[in-house]
Amino acid sequence: MHTLAHLLLALLLAPLVPGVINRVKARMAGRTGRPLLQTYYDLAKLLHKGSVISQTSGWVLGAGPAVSLAAILCALLLLPGAGTDAPVRFAGDFMLMAYLLGLSRLGLVLSALDTGSSFEGMGASREAAFSALAEPVLFLCFLSLSADTGSFSLSGMLGAGLAGAVDTQRLFLPVILFVLLLAENSRIPVDDPNTHLELTMIHEVMVLDHAGPDMAHIVYGASLKLWLFAALTVLSVLPARDMAAPAAWAAFVGGVFLVAVAVGVTESIMARLRMERVPRLLGGAGALAALSLVLMVWR
Amino acid sequence: MLAFLPIVPLAGGLAALAIPADAPRRLLLVATALAHAALTAATFAAAPGPAYGGLLELDAPGQLFLALASALFLAASVYAVGYLHHEGGGTKKDFQDGAAFVNAPERIFTMCLCLFLAAITVVCSTRNLSVLWVGIEATTLSSAPMIYFHRHRRSLEATWKYLVICSVGIALALLGNILCSVAFYDPASPLASMNLSEMLPRAGGAAQPWLRAAFIFLLVGYGSKMGLAPMHNWLPDAHSQSPSLVSALLSGALLNCAFLGILRALQLLNAAGMGAFGGELLVLFGLLSMAVAAVFIVGQGDYKRLLAYSSVEHMGILALGVGIGGTATFGAMLHAVNHSLTKGALFLVSGNILALYHTRSCHDARGLSRALPVTAALWTAGFLAIVGSPPFGIFVSELTILQAMLGGGHTLAAVIYLASLAVIFVGMSAPVARMVQGPLPPAIRHPGPERALSLIPPLVLLAATLTFGLYLPRGLTEFLRRAAAAVTLGG
Amino acid sequence: MELFSSVMVALICVNLGYLAVTRLRSLARLTAVQGVLLSLAPLLFAAPGDHGHALFLSLGVLAIKGIGFPWLLARTLSRLEVNPVVEPYLGYNLSLLAGVSGLLFSLWLETRLPFPPGLFPPLLFPAALTSIFTGLTLVVARQKAVTQVIGYLAAENGIFLLGTPLSGQGSVWLELSVLLDVFVAVFVMGIALHHISKTFESIDVGRFCTLRD
Repeated sequence: MHTLAHLLLALLLAPLVPGVINRVKARMAGRTGRPLLQTYYDLAKLLHKGSVISQTSGWVLGAGPAVSLAAILCALLLLPGAGTDAPVRFAGDFMLMAYLLGLSRLGLVLSALDTGSSFEGMGASREAAFSALAEPVLFLCFLSLSADTGSFSLSGMLGAGLAGAVDTQRLFLPVILFVLLLAENSRIPVDDPNTHLELTMIHEVMVLDHAGPDMAHIVYGASLKLWLFAALTVLSVLPARDMAAPAAWAAFVGGVFLVAVAVGVTESIMARLRMERVPRLLGGAGALAALSLVLMVWR
Repeated sequence: MLAFLPIVPLAGGLAALAIPADAPRRLLLVATALAHAALTAATFAAAPGPAYGGLLELDAPGQLFLALASALFLAASVYAVGYLHHEGGGTKKDFQDGAAFVNAPERIFTMCLCLFLAAITVVCSTRNLSVLWVGIEATTLSSAPMIYFHRHRRSLEATWKYLVICSVGIALALLGNILCSVAFYDPASPLASMNLSEMLPRAGGAAQPWLRAAFIFLLVGYGSKMGLAPMHNWLPDAHSQSPSLVSALLSGALLNCAFLGILRALQLLNAAGMGAFGGELLVLFGLLSMAVAAVFIVGQGDYKRLLAYSSVEHMGILALGVGIGGTATFGAMLHAVNHSLTKGALFLVSGNILALYHTRSCHDARGLSRALPVTAALWTAGFLAIVGSPPFGIFVSELTILQAMLGGGHTLAAVIYLASLAVIFVGMSAPVARMVQGPLPPAIRHPGPERALSLIPPLVLLAATLTFGLYLPRGLTEFLRRAAAAVTLGG
Repeated sequence: MELFSSVMVALICVNLGYLAVTRLRSLARLTAVQGVLLSLAPLLFAAPGDHGHALFLSLGVLAIKGIGFPWLLARTLSRLEVNPVVEPYLGYNLSLLAGVSGLLFSLWLETRLPFPPGLFPPLLFPAALTSIFTGLTLVVARQKAVTQVIGYLAAENGIFLLGTPLSGQGSVWLELSVLLDVFVAVFVMGIALHHISKTFESIDVGRFCTLRD
């Protein structure tokens, strides 16, 4: 039961995360901003809308968002909760999660290419390039976690907390995972979700031609992905196994929303990086991840 | 007495900074050189005791290089009086690319010369590896402004290369010092200081792999300062772009000091019984330097670069001699004496040529025997001396090293040695002959008389090396033998 | 000892930072951070009863490496009117890769070398060796002359760190004179940089190509 509780929590609360981010950004800009539950209203609205589909596109346009959402939901099944195991767990499941994330991205990229418009193609190629750089970093993080905890399953790696006293190299991991969150979810400094200039878009331009239920799938999938990465960030340092169940869940949910606030703050204080600098950001994160892996193994 | 030895040039340098007029300052320079030479001569009369609590301690190899540096500095300072007077101040036109440039202020130049001498004195009169390091770094820093005396692009480029390559090299030598400390590490009876007098008796008990690593780093570090190939890239640039008297000091005194650093490391190795390892490395670097120098001397168009590559070659011979060991070490010490004297004289003479012809090209500076007859004679004599032809001193030292090589069975090394010497002989004779003979270039119709101050110092130096080629005084032989014994026996 | 490993890990991060930053001012600030971290090193090795010496050395290192060098560098950078970006010959990601490989190599070397027991605490040797590698990489793989000076400083920092456990042997004055020597070296290099900037109107070492055979 406990294991499914986490899944239900994610499904219900995930759209709240973009709401928190937008609210934080608005507050920092001195505005009131959208309501916190706006994403729910948007999802409800989108599900009722129709969509106009171009004649140049084929069946991939509709299949893409569905595949993407399905992949994210499967990835959620592999994510452990606060102090509990994931519904699906086995040794090496972190690789499956990474590839499921890749599959969801693939779905979006293919549907973007299927529209036949050059803007979407441009966004798709940029997204693919940055994700290709982010994936090794993700693997390095998972490897450091498994080197530290000795387990090859996500359920064993996450939620174990920091071993011993102040463990400096462990503190790198939330930072690196946060950078990955920004990269994979197309947040500033990698991509600006609020830009209206197509030439500067990466993720937004991929979904430009979707509307209606397809868009609802994409928006919901994006919020689930945010939840996933925020959960990874929190669970890499939260000693959830050593805490009592209510305290652990409260800390977990609080941590996820804290990460959301941090994303909002980062988006407000930083400008977007020039595209040639994004590989450098990911390279730096990768070097830190390699350093933490090396130090953990060496210990 | 030893305590005053570095103080005299240091005081002279600071005083030079304070004196506003040129003529008294040049006199002060010569006076400092004379005082330093007198003190050095006094150390030969009565062996001085350690100073500054054991930080400074003069032994035979140090005394040898100190005497050479002092003699060369005296010659250079006498030459400097005429040179600085001739240079004057104001804006000049660079003869190579026509750009306007100025000289550095003479005060700075004189101060750096004296500080340079002080630093060399510290290097030569210490047996403490840390003080040695500090001294060599100080020589780098005090000689860099001197290379940049003519303030134009090329000398700036040469100065920057010199600063960066030598500083990085010397940093590696510091790493060598640290590894040496690790080799001697013993928590039960820690080393009180990095003084050789303390380390040599304990060398047998030092950790051998660390001592080996320390020697490699010290060899590479001080070797890059000494000009051993493949770390010699800064040498042709720095020695060709600096004023001639500075080049004389750099080639004749500074390279020897870097060599002294390597000798101290070799003393440690010998005391620890690992002399063969060090010897092999030194032979390798020595032969490589000679070969590289030979390659670059052939077809060289710039006569100061020619002399600089010749310095690389002779530093290779020094390393080779010390690496072979035995009689060859004595040969290397003798070679150091003769090379310093000869190369110093040659650079000073090249200064005379440059002052008249305003070109560094061997092809454009022709007709020397017509324009400057005495200079031409000195140039030819110097060339004969430096390539090792009798009756000059270098022939004797090179022959001694060759005999030791053949006697020790190092046939391959001897073959490479002789081949390089032959190539260098041919390579150098062509430009020198071209410069001395031939018609005067049209621009130099009325060369004017040759100044005595620019002729006497090189003449004296060449006369000295001629004397040593014909007859080595017994006192000198004994002294050189003592210096060689200090290196080989690790005493 | 946890403090010690944290300091060493921080030093390794600073070294990776040297290879990754793009602006010259950040590079100069990193030297300050490295200097401050290094000034903690003598204190961690103080023999009991020798605290006075160690404190004196630590303050000296802080003054020279933590304050003196960054001040010199900042002064030089502000006087040079130079493009504030580090221009690399070897790209940033490749340099980072080289730095991480250097770290791996030094960690491997630490297990293979026969250290005298009890001399080097764990992580000191890799941290020092990584500093030396990073410094040499900066000297070789960057276009501007001022990054060569910073690389030299980084290499010197690494060498100094390696020598700290042995600082009990020999007097503290010699250590300080070594530091002072390096300080004067950087000072002279600063003057040379100023002249280079005026003469060549850039501090790109790629322009140093007139002197050759």
